[in-house]
Amino acid sequence: MLAPMPAHGPLRRSSGPEPTPPALHDRALDNLRFIRDTMERAGSFTAVPGWGMAAVGATALAAAALATRQATPELWLATWLAEAVVALGIGGWSLARKAHAANDPILSGPGRRFTLSFLPPLVVGGLLTIALYRAGLVAALPATWLLLYGTGVVTGGAFSVRIVPVMGLAFMAVGAVALLGPAGWGNWWMAAGFGGLHLLFGVIVARRYGG
Amino acid sequence: MARSNAARVGAAAAPRSTPAQPAPGRAAAAQLDRLIHERVRLGIVSALAANEALSFNELKALLRTSDGNLSVHARKLEEAQYVACRKYFDGRVPRTEYRLTAAGRRALERYLDHMEALIKAARVG
Repeated sequence: MLAPMPAHGPLRRSSGPEPTPPALHDRALDNLRFIRDTMERAGSFTAVPGWGMAAVGATALAAAALATRQATPELWLATWLAEAVVALGIGGWSLARKAHAANDPILSGPGRRFTLSFLPPLVVGGLLTIALYRAGLVAALPATWLLLYGTGVVTGGAFSVRIVPVMGLAFMAVGAVALLGPAGWGNWWMAAGFGGLHLLFGVIVARRYGG
Repeated sequence: MARSNAARVGAAAAPRSTPAQPAPGRAAAAQLDRLIHERVRLGIVSALAANEALSFNELKALLRTSDGNLSVHARKLEEAQYVACRKYFDGRVPRTEYRLTAAGRRALERYLDHMEALIKAARVG
């Protein structure tokens, strides 16, 4: 919504300007909304950090290689949790950097809508990680993470360029395959999803949408 | 620059003191820049204000309009030197890219001034 209007306008009250007809006022408001909405939607062309996603993909591939060498489920989990922290750092930094370069305030418009839609599935993923670990179901974690991350990207990307929700759907597809496939392949689905899909879509976004 | 415009649109009715504030009311309506008042052209200018450059196809998708419609309106803006058009080849594929010129940005700012003045005038009235 537009900011609330001041109760007392500063314009020449004494000279008695002709009151604007309500229809003209409504049309002016409508025009301002149109300009703002168009600018926000246009801003989504530059909001998603492609090179940042590609970098996250590279670190995820490294994490997958490391994780597969871990002797215990706890060490495997710790490796991926460390990767999640690194990925969030890279993703957040590159998002802020790209938004800044495009003069797009990150906490308003598309950036805020993306964040508000993206975060809830990640929080659920964090809580389910604790629950599944406590239940001894570490093998179910890759599918859970891929599905919930994909959900976040689909919902967050609903306001962005089409390739973003498509990437989310790809993550959900890999998550679904991981859920139904052999339990021992989880680490490879993680590599395919968080590594491969991030690299692939990151490079596409970077080349088509300015970085 | 996009930030300043976006912030202004967001705070559309905040009181400001602009030296060249247009007269509110019907007089302001009469002075409207008809060139960017039209919806597709206003959309093109607004979208370009938020981006350094946009391709023809990006603008078409963003404004949900047809090739012909976008082409006609973009050309009018180009003739007024509100937008600059660059045609180039990406491999073998021809691309058309649009940017907002300084004159186009000023026109959008003047248009925003007009809209704000109309809203304020309605409040005063």
